[in-house]
Amino acid sequence: MTAADAMRPRIGVLAVQGAVSEHEAALADVGARTSRVRDAADLEGLDGLVIPGGESTTFGLVAGESGLLDAVRARVDGGMPVFGTCAGMIMLARGIAGGGAQPLIGGMDIVVRRNAFGRQVHSFEADLEVSAIGQPPMRGIFIRAPWIEESGPSVEILADHGGHPVAARDATRIVAAFHPELTDDRRLHRLFVDGVREAVTEHKEDSVVGSQ
Amino acid sequence: MSDDVAGNGAKNGSTGTEAVKAGLARMLKGGVIMDVVDAEQAKVAEDAGACAVMALERIPAEIRKAGGVARMSDPEMIMGIQDAVSIPVMAKCRIGHHVEAQVLQALEVDYIDESEVLTPADEASHVDKRAFTVPFVCGATNLGEALRRVAEGAAMIRTKGEAGTGNVVEAVRHMKTITQDIRRVVTATAEERFAIAKEMAAPLELIEWVGQNGRLPVVNFSAGGIATPADAALMMYLGAEGVFVGSGIFLSEDPPARARAIVEATTHWDDPAVVARVSRGLREAMPGIEIAELGEAGLLQTRGW
Repeated sequence: MTAADAMRPRIGVLAVQGAVSEHEAALADVGARTSRVRDAADLEGLDGLVIPGGESTTFGLVAGESGLLDAVRARVDGGMPVFGTCAGMIMLARGIAGGGAQPLIGGMDIVVRRNAFGRQVHSFEADLEVSAIGQPPMRGIFIRAPWIEESGPSVEILADHGGHPVAARDATRIVAAFHPELTDDRRLHRLFVDGVREAVTEHKEDSVVGSQ
Repeated sequence: MSDDVAGNGAKNGSTGTEAVKAGLARMLKGGVIMDVVDAEQAKVAEDAGACAVMALERIPAEIRKAGGVARMSDPEMIMGIQDAVSIPVMAKCRIGHHVEAQVLQALEVDYIDESEVLTPADEASHVDKRAFTVPFVCGATNLGEALRRVAEGAAMIRTKGEAGTGNVVEAVRHMKTITQDIRRVVTATAEERFAIAKEMAAPLELIEWVGQNGRLPVVNFSAGGIATPADAALMMYLGAEGVFVGSGIFLSEDPPARARAIVEATTHWDDPAVVARVSRGLREAMPGIEIAELGEAGLLQTRGW
């Protein structure tokens, strides 16, 4: 891998269903190359993965049966950076509060509550102070959004709304209950892709050291 | 859900904005929205991977058979479905029936379909959808009709097709017409767009937006006559961003298997090997109807203006 490749990392977008093209556009804006992930084979050669908004039950069923969910979990456990928005945040949680046993990927030490802010009539947009982003605030678009109900010590909460955590990170894993891909604000995508660039560079240095 | 949870967002944010209303449609993309008539069917749909359900008293094929006036469903039945599933629940109001739409909003359905499948309540006007917090999806047969609905506040469009027939030919016609209309607007000069706006009876600013962006301003699904996994994949191939399946699932011999297969075929529409695999052994599809047999008076797609 060349230094130029590290600057333009390859990021997959899980494309079972949901707002895929919006994330592709946002990732391209911050200098990443993108591809769609529908099968386990599509994960090959990826430096990072975005799990978009959509219906988490649909993701779990369709990706669960094909083996894609297990393949993603193996990569996430192996340290691949991931960024999940809304349904993507649910998929990366270790559990769902008060919820059924729908299939998840896991990877973040968080428990989320689905549709926590209520049905679509209660969906809203609001300004958010995101600690890793700074000023000005981000415009958060919340659509039948979840929130984070519990989080472990390795998890850094990045933003709250109405007294509930709505964005968090754990090293190169980032989750948001809202949809930065539906606005022109690219700061959260940049934060994620910068993390991927660092991970790619470190990995390259590791392998150089290892080969000596 | 407890009172202190519901509406928590609204206290510190703005509800019912364009971004919030059109945003939910974006989250539905690539998915299948299934017509269901009770909680049991809604569970079948959710367990098959539907991204939303449409709650209605009778599926379109039954409405066709029964005749008479088709109206908004009983709120009790809609609430039963809302309690049964965690995915979005949509419901239909009659074209132009402002109060049915208000009732559906009061029930907190996630999307209102102002639908030609029900008997129209107003022969001149559709509902002013901008006045609502809940988003609307509306049917269209061409670009002008789609843009009139968007101007009225629709946050999502679906091609009408011919509901309840199990015959995909009208859905194909409407999707191709919209695509061809968009292509024509894109290649038109600024001067020609004035004439196109007049001809299509659509607002000039929306025609100009389509010319610059080469697509509809909101998400566009396909509906009306989809009965097989291959039908769903065909509509995706033609540019639909997702599909509604009405009578096609629960009038078939094995609804859970067919529902599941249509979801898989919609995700993997461009992989014929997957469409072939999921199409195997589904037993009988719903019986279909030749469109010409319906006659002019039997068409639902000509309702709405």
